Amino acid sequence: MKGATARWQAGGLAILALVVPLTPLVPEFWVTLLILIGLASLTALGLVVLTGMGGMTSFGQAAFVGFAAYTTGLLSTTYGLSPWLGLPAALVVTGLAACALGAITMRLSGHYLPLGTLAWGISIFYIFGNSAFLGGQTGMTGIPPLRLGSFSLIGPRSYYILVWLAVVLSLVATINLLDSRVGRAFRALRNNAIAAEAFGVLTARAKLIVFVYAALLAGVAGWLYAHFQRTLSASAFGAEANIDYLLMAIVGGVGQVFGALLGAGIVIVLKDLLQDMLGRLGMFQDLVFGIMLVGILQYSRDGIWPLLSSWLPPTTPRSIDPAADIERPARAPATSSGPLLALDKARKTFGGLVAVDDVSFNVGHAETVALIGPNGAGKSTLFNLITGVRRASSGRVSFDSASIERLSPQMIARRGIARTFQHVRLVPELSVLENVALGAHTRGHAGVASAVLRLDRAEERRLFAHAARRLERVGLAKEMFRPAGHLSLGQMRLVEVARALCLDPRLLLLDEPAAGLRAAEKKALAKLLRELKGEGMSILVVEHDVDFVMGLADRIVVLDFGKKIAEGLPQEIRVNPLVIEAYLGGVE
Amino acid sequence: MSAPLLAVDRFSVAYGKVEAVRSVSLEVPAGSVVTVIGANGAGKTTLLNAMMGLLDQAGAISFEGHDLRGTRVEDRVAAGLVLVPERRELFGSLTVEDNLRLGSFRHRRHHQIGAELDKVYALFPRLRERHRQLAGTLSGGERQMLALGRALMSRPRLLMLDEPSLGLAPQIVRESFRIIADLHKSGVSILLIEQNARAALAIADHGYVMEHGEITLQGSAAELAQNPRVVESYLGLGSAR
Amino acid sequence: MIFWTLVVDGVVNGAIYALLAIGLVLVFVVTRVILLPQGVYMSFAALTLSQFQRGNVPGTAGLLLALGLAAFVIDLLRSRVTRAWLMRRVASDLALPAIMYALVTWLVPLRPNMAIQIVLTLALITPLGPYLYRLAFQPLEQASVLTLLIASVGVHIALTVLGLVFFGPEGFLANPLSSAHFEAAGIVISGQSAIMVAVSLVIMVLLWLLFDRTLIGKAMRAVAVNRVGARLVGIPISQAGEITFALASFIGAVSGVLIAPVSMVYYDTGFLIGLIGFVAAIIGGMGSYPLAVAGAIFVGLLQSFAAFWNSNYQQVVVFTTLIPILLLRSLRAPAVEEDE
Repeated sequence: MKGATARWQAGGLAILALVVPLTPLVPEFWVTLLILIGLASLTALGLVVLTGMGGMTSFGQAAFVGFAAYTTGLLSTTYGLSPWLGLPAALVVTGLAACALGAITMRLSGHYLPLGTLAWGISIFYIFGNSAFLGGQTGMTGIPPLRLGSFSLIGPRSYYILVWLAVVLSLVATINLLDSRVGRAFRALRNNAIAAEAFGVLTARAKLIVFVYAALLAGVAGWLYAHFQRTLSASAFGAEANIDYLLMAIVGGVGQVFGALLGAGIVIVLKDLLQDMLGRLGMFQDLVFGIMLVGILQYSRDGIWPLLSSWLPPTTPRSIDPAADIERPARAPATSSGPLLALDKARKTFGGLVAVDDVSFNVGHAETVALIGPNGAGKSTLFNLITGVRRASSGRVSFDSASIERLSPQMIARRGIARTFQHVRLVPELSVLENVALGAHTRGHAGVASAVLRLDRAEERRLFAHAARRLERVGLAKEMFRPAGHLSLGQMRLVEVARALCLDPRLLLLDEPAAGLRAAEKKALAKLLRELKGEGMSILVVEHDVDFVMGLADRIVVLDFGKKIAEGLPQEIRVNPLVIEAYLGGVE
Repeated sequence: MSAPLLAVDRFSVAYGKVEAVRSVSLEVPAGSVVTVIGANGAGKTTLLNAMMGLLDQAGAISFEGHDLRGTRVEDRVAAGLVLVPERRELFGSLTVEDNLRLGSFRHRRHHQIGAELDKVYALFPRLRERHRQLAGTLSGGERQMLALGRALMSRPRLLMLDEPSLGLAPQIVRESFRIIADLHKSGVSILLIEQNARAALAIADHGYVMEHGEITLQGSAAELAQNPRVVESYLGLGSAR
Repeated sequence: MIFWTLVVDGVVNGAIYALLAIGLVLVFVVTRVILLPQGVYMSFAALTLSQFQRGNVPGTAGLLLALGLAAFVIDLLRSRVTRAWLMRRVASDLALPAIMYALVTWLVPLRPNMAIQIVLTLALITPLGPYLYRLAFQPLEQASVLTLLIASVGVHIALTVLGLVFFGPEGFLANPLSSAHFEAAGIVISGQSAIMVAVSLVIMVLLWLLFDRTLIGKAMRAVAVNRVGARLVGIPISQAGEITFALASFIGAVSGVLIAPVSMVYYDTGFLIGLIGFVAAIIGGMGSYPLAVAGAIFVGLLQSFAAFWNSNYQQVVVFTTLIPILLLRSLRAPAVEEDE
């Protein structure tokens, strides 16, 4: 348990570091600086969660700081309310603003998203600066300090406690949130939204939650800022502030929550040092920051934290309690005697190109069907139609006699269809186990609140035990705690299979599961798939390895140019002249 | 024996921590057709892209005796190493003729470009018919012709073809292979990557089998076509014939 | 009558936004960089011209020396140094700025005429683009649009400081390019306005000729539509990037020359105007020149009417309009990447 002691030591050091500024050992000036670092790191933390985990960048976080600051400022001056009441009010206003802005912004795709935040960030800055009731150009003054009884929190040391209490609580909440069922869904948003949807994650909602969460962190900072500065001017919430927050997140590193703290520390201390050093030439500070921003991107794109974190003691892997895996009652038996999956003249066109051309076939209960055909024959598009990633241009797709061609991927996942992807879609920085646990998303119910408060531990144990068992089945139990990005391509494919099994599917769709596997791994996979079939699971597999398919499938469907050209038993397909022509290109 | 046109020695390519190509050594003698066969995901495309200079690589690569290590794609193209990629990578919003003319970008100061254009049009009359059409509106077969034509405009000494039969109808595949054979006769060396192992081995002199990023087997094309392992793994479907 | 005056105002402003928008679209499609500093070129050019008119050596001459030296040193550390490389870089990074500096210091006391001032201004601003590309963006060639955008923010704040250093905090207004006035249907149109619209049109035609009629222009379009394809036919992506940045800084310089006589320009004026040009570029989807120009005219008109309605909120109106446009654009962008 060397790691554990080291971690206690690190924790102890951190607490000591937090307490020292309360003693006269540290000059008040530095305490003030620490307050500013704390305030900035709250906002930067939101940005890290948004960018590093959710894959969205905002150039408008300062606006949320502003919403909260002006709300509490207005209530405590014009309306004379207690500043403490300002906190819930500020959070409500910030949260509502974030919901409204997020509902629009989260619909923006690609680079339009950060540009959208830039646009409303500027608009809101002008609104702050031009609204008379917020003090207009001159700003808002006379905001009362926070009071505890008769004691005013005016001095830096007392305010320091409050600010850093908020920082520590926010850090804990964020770490808890990221290490949870919803947290895993968030982390899949960045590069793997399609995979997240295939396992029932409501990605649009998840994005909005991340966005609002980040805004609320900025809101806490805004409330603290208003009662610390006690005057507000719009310039604190403009483009410059936004650039500062971005700089902090990038310099610290957007991949880790502590990157926010580090980034805020570096930027604010550097600002102060540069002001001292440069004196009259203070304007050079932005030159330094500009060059620093570009330099970090060029030489250490993940920021500075990853360079430091290798010095920290490793975290101990979570323990798995196999007994916690309570099998879900078997899915309701089929309601009809018909096939499990039926495609009837399914068609998909992209512009003039017909990718899937009136394809019909069935997959029966506990049957393994293989879909083969040359590259570009439309096999993956067909998978996308079945799983709801794309909508068929015409034709019907039904599952267990119910039509599913209009359902979202999430709804289809909940009905019991799970898939793997031709191009592996895992979250490389998460552990193998966490990646697989994403497959069990629909088995859990814990939301943001229970994750933040750690009320989800029993459910988490269940999900992880469930995931661990699936990993064992594919033979990867040993790799459970390694980051998924460190595995070989073949192993990653097996992780995808385990993740799909986590959903307890009735129909398993495998897109080239054997590609990149070694001979022994292929045999093991074939054995596993036969076992699954024996347990009543239906399997539809796309595969190029003809041998693998011939030994495994009950029936084979052959596609070429989007059309079904043959269907039958493996031995029939082997001698079908159309198939040989399609595969061998008729070269004698 | 003279030095090979292209020689690759202990060549490796990694994506992050995953090595997609591991210590591959291969040679293309001048005037020959060499093929690399293997399953999807074996690393064939990665190998070609790295040889072209599109990906970072470790190991030695030389072309006509010149060390290519550290050179850029444009230098390799200028030297006569030309790739027709799996995805064709045409300029969809430019006309067919502009696509072809850009193929000669490295030789743009020479005067025979008109003559070379005529040669390509003679080889692919369809392209002449459609020379003002945008490349993005072509059919699959025409796109393949344009990709080949554009590569020819770059004056290849070694033409590397990545899955030229991909997504093409059988008669077009046949046509493509006929043209590849003609090109070979006219003196261009060829390195061919094919999923369609039978077709590839039929026109190649020499072949390599790639699995999991490594070369596991090599020999003359005729030998490989008889090798039981190759027959089982790559010619499987046809063996029942 | 007020209506038509506002329309004329809007179109004239729109012409400037159109130039900025074209520069932004150009840079984005070829290099995927969202070039926030496009407006900075404009400020720098306007200030350079004003300095010439006041008989001062403009700060840009020093800025050019500094950036050239920086680009040279950084590239020296990063590249494989060959003789040809060294010759080319000494010429482009050290000799060119030095010659420009000498030329400017020699010419300024001789009080050259307006035409020479303009040529010098363009010649001083245009090389800034390629230097910036090599310093900041070329090493990030493979990075995502988002990373490039963040780098662009960094370049912007650094450049703004350099603007303050080399030009000082004062604003300047240059002499008009023409003092003529026309009257049409009761609306007065200044010669300056006519020149602004005409020059913008000429630039657009020249760009069209470049991209439609020359192999180099087509090669740049090839880079824009398919980078891998472009590399495979041997088009040097980095050089295409440098040329693109040079074109953008040239266009920025032209817009600066045009705006210098009509608006008081400070070292940081370009930011906001650049952002508005940016709104226009986005209306065009960051990909189409004609749509970007249409967007620019639209934004020009919008701003001119919004300013008449309530000048405090004109920027709010302009930037808020962007949101529905972004939404519309997002709906049309493909959301799913295909496996095959």
